[in-house]
This record gives sequence, C-alpha cells and structure tokens, in this order.
Amino acid sequence: MTTIDTPVNNGVNTEALLGAREALTGAPEAAEFTWRANCSWVNGTFSQTTVDGFTGLGQEHHHKTPYSFDADHPECFAAEDRGATPPEILLASLASCLTAGVASVAQHRQIQLKSVTSTVEGKMNVLGILGADPDVRNGFDDVVVRFSIDADASNEDIQALVAQAQKRSAVYDMVTNPTRVAVEVS
Amino acid sequence: MTAPATHVPAVIIGAGHAGLAMSRRLTERSIPHVVLERGEVANSWRTERWDSLRLLTPNWQNQLPGMGYSGDDPDGYMTVRDLADFISAYAATISAPVQTHTTVTRVRANDRGYTVETDHGTWTCDGVVIASGGSNIANVPSAAAQVPASVAQFTAMTYRCPNDLDDRAVLVVGASATGVQLTDEISRSGRAVMMSVGEHVRMPRSYRGRDVFWWMDKAGILDEGRDDLDDLVRARHVPSPQLIGTPEHRSIDLNALTDRGVEVVGRLGRISDGVAQFSGSLANVCKLADLKMNRLLQRFDDWVEAAAVSEVGPARRFDATRVPSPARLEIDLAEDDIGTVVWATGYRPDYSWLDVPVFDRKGRIRHDGGVVDAPGLYVTGLNVLRRRRSSFISGAERDSEELSEHLDRHLRLNATS
Repeated sequence: MTTIDTPVNNGVNTEALLGAREALTGAPEAAEFTWRANCSWVNGTFSQTTVDGFTGLGQEHHHKTPYSFDADHPECFAAEDRGATPPEILLASLASCLTAGVASVAQHRQIQLKSVTSTVEGKMNVLGILGADPDVRNGFDDVVVRFSIDADASNEDIQALVAQAQKRSAVYDMVTNPTRVAVEVS
Repeated sequence: MTAPATHVPAVIIGAGHAGLAMSRRLTERSIPHVVLERGEVANSWRTERWDSLRLLTPNWQNQLPGMGYSGDDPDGYMTVRDLADFISAYAATISAPVQTHTTVTRVRANDRGYTVETDHGTWTCDGVVIASGGSNIANVPSAAAQVPASVAQFTAMTYRCPNDLDDRAVLVVGASATGVQLTDEISRSGRAVMMSVGEHVRMPRSYRGRDVFWWMDKAGILDEGRDDLDDLVRARHVPSPQLIGTPEHRSIDLNALTDRGVEVVGRLGRISDGVAQFSGSLANVCKLADLKMNRLLQRFDDWVEAAAVSEVGPARRFDATRVPSPARLEIDLAEDDIGTVVWATGYRPDYSWLDVPVFDRKGRIRHDGGVVDAPGLYVTGLNVLRRRRSSFISGAERDSEELSEHLDRHLRLNATS
C-alpha cells in the first residue's frame, strides 16, 4: 500500500498567526484591540446591529463590508419574530468562536478536518427576565455545546482539539468568567 | 563611614542548592568567589515554607555536584527540615565560602563589572550569579483586596499548619502542588474546605510500580532542553504538578480531594460584596489536565516498549476527574462560613535590588538559559532554566556545569581585555 502525503489544509494560516504572536509579544501595545457594534432600535423588540470598524495593531480597520444582525423575539413573546433572540446570537457567537478555534488548533497540530458541526443549547428560566421571581437569574444557567467532528485523528486528539479551542476562545472566556460591563447614556 | 569595597572575581547571591552548586563549580575551576546569603544556608526552606512540606522528588534523585543522598530511604521524600540540613551539609562538604546574614541591597554595573552592595559591606566583581530563586514573593490576585475583613488571609509563605486557622471553613485558591497539599492537610484537620481550581497539572505519584520522577528521568523528559520545548515561556510558568511527598507514596488528585469532602469550584474570578465568583470553565481545565496526564503516561508506555523494559507493572489509565455538576459559580463567603482564604497562587522572584537594565516588560530577567542579557551576569535555580530538570534540585548539576563554563570564559576574556 502506498500513501500520499497531502499537506493538512483547514484553510487556516497558522504561520501568520504564529508570526503575529511573536511580533505582538514584542510590541504589546499593538495587541490592544477594540471591537465595536452599533445598534439601532427599529420597533417593538426588533433592533438591528451593525459591525464595521474596529481598532487594533495601532490603527483603525474596517471589515470588507459591514455586517448586520437582526434581533427580535418570537411570537410567543408577543413580538414579531423579525430576527434571532439576543441569547441565540450569543449561542451563535460561542459556537462560531469555538469552531474557529477548533480549525486553528487542528491546523497547528496537523490534523485534517473533514467536518465540524455543533449544537449549542442554553437553558434559561424566563421568570427571571419577566421579573416574576427574584431568585431566578436572567441569563443561562447552563450552556451545553455538542461537537461532532470528522477528522483524520484519534478520538483522544479530537477531544484535545476541542479542549484547547475552549482554552483559547474569547467568547468562551466571556461567557464563563465575570466581565465588567459599563452601560452609559450620552 | 563607608568601608572600601572588596574585590572578588565572582559573587553568588543566595546559598540555596543552586547557588552552592555554582560555588562548587567555581571552586573546581579555581575561581575565587563569595556566596552572599541574607539568612542561613537554605534560608527560604527554613523560614518561608509550611511545616509539613516535603520535596516532590525522591531522595535518590537529589544529586548535587559532588554530593548525593546517602541516607537509608532513597525512595522517600525529604521534609523541608531534612532538605535544609542536606543543603547545609552540602555547603560544609564543598567548603563553600558563604557569608551568611548578608542581604544584598543593590547590584549595579561599574566600569569593568559589577558592584554588589549589602548591609555588611560592598563587593566589586567581574561576574554575578543570581541564585536567589524564583519563589521570593507569594503571588496574590487583585481579588484579595475585596476579601471582607472578617476573613483571615494566608499565602503559601505565611501559612504554617491548620492550627493557625480558626474552625470556620477555608477557601484554598490554586491547584498546584501547593494548593492540593494545603487543601488536603486542612481538610484532614476537620475543617470544611473549598478549592478554587484553574489550569493545573495532574500526575500520579507512581505509575506501573515506579515513582513518576523515575519515569520522567528514564524516559528523558527531565532532560528535554529549552530548545526542544514548543513553548518555553509557557513551560516556565506552568503550575507545579499535583503531587505530594508522603511516606505512603500516595497520589493527590482532585478526585482524592473530592472523596475527602472537599468542594471543588472553578478559577476565582472576582469577589464583590462578600460574594466570590468562580469561572464556569472548571470542566474544561479538568479535561485538559486529564488529557495531558494521559499523553504523559503514553510517553512512558512508549518508552517501555522502545527500551524493552520488563521490570515495570502493567500499563493503566486513571479515572477521569469528576467535576461537580453543577459546580457552584458563586459563594457568599459569610453564608458559607468561610473564615480563611489561603492563596496558593504561585510565587515570583524578588529582583528589587537588581539595578541593571535586564528586565522584560513583565519584570522578568531577559536571559538565555541563565546567561543574562548583560555580560558577566547569570541567573540560576529557576523553572526550566536550561532544561526541564532545572526546576528540581538535580537540575543544578548540569546547569551549574554549563553556566560556570560560560562564566569562566567571560572572566578570562575580561582579564585579557
């Protein structure tokens, strides 16, 4: 039997990322990023949020094109369901952040991915947001992410991929750890 | 009045095992030197560690240049008192020129070398070896400032024994060797203990009938050099493994502590209004530690196969870490009757006296394997200084050999210039 070595390609440029890590360690001020989103109320619980500019590497950047997120609540909340609920957007954010991590770590570890899918569930008792029970928190009590990964790697290596992706995820960190939030009115 | 400075080719700062090993090497090379020690030989071990502490490494492994363990318990683990005596015996054996009770107050560069100022005189020299160790100051996170006044706080440097604590529950923050050992001891004293766990290194005390340090030694892990390591900065700052040296050679992992009734919670985030918040990432840090331990055991197994070793027990794997479900995310210190917080959150070196521009932005000395970024200046006795073994007593043997050779060359060049 002959095998042909095809280079692992998950579409992640790890050389560039490792280069950036090296460069930014020597220039820590350039590593300071600020991400921004602009939100406008439309009507009811419907709002539209756009992201475009952000700062980092000592300068202002723009996405190739602005991206928008429509947020609303479903009809059972007496709303018009013109978009995802904000908690669902958070779940999307968590899943996509972890998935990006899986791809990057797999590339670095020379693991070829074939498919990566995940389902994220957040459990919430809405008595909290309805203000009906002061002992119930507003947010998720438990978030469960279930990955299904097909890759040229052992089960143990895939588990390690997912564990490392959590360790390096911005959104996972923000969801699992306290974050200071200041809400001001101008 | 100021006494004139004494000139000596080399000054070693610190008479612990690393400084004394360097002293031995300089003596071998006929390089006159002095070892300046702020207290007695092995001062940190004598005065800054808790009572029950024993070394993590087995006695047979604690080999220093010119002296090894000669007692009747080669597989045992020295108490700190025995270790301090061992290091003192070493100082005597090698006739180290130690000047005790001499605290270095400043080291600065001069025209041809360095000036070392102390509370008992000044030395000038061509070379300085910093051997004051990496564990001079206990790290305490900023959350400590928010601990209510009714709660006592200790660090791994101020804690001595459970009797120092009142009878209320105890929160131990940190899950390195220190964290698990203090949690275990305080739990055994009958107090309720909660343990805050971030990233940690899980390791069995023994595997296939041998001590884990036997394996790391034989399988070549301790001798992996700094250039062999994927991420040297990380390797230097990884928490110490969850090990304890006891006469029973027992393992001490989170499962063992949970079985004792210890409540495990995530990494401490912040404390506000008397409520401590913990990270929801506990399951992942436990998973990472389990996976990493299994990779280490696999390396041992692979080595057994490759080296065709027969006198070891069968391969095995340990139970996954049992994470409490749900782990608590918030604890009201008063409601849970927490009377003491013990910060087992690591140590850092004290270089406040070093007035030479050799620091990086994190306050760490810039060096390559102990050769500091200033001619004639060396640092030794730090984690993974030149190889993994550098973190342990036996690392001083080769580290001192190599660094003394470098220093010797420097002194010869200096003499001819």
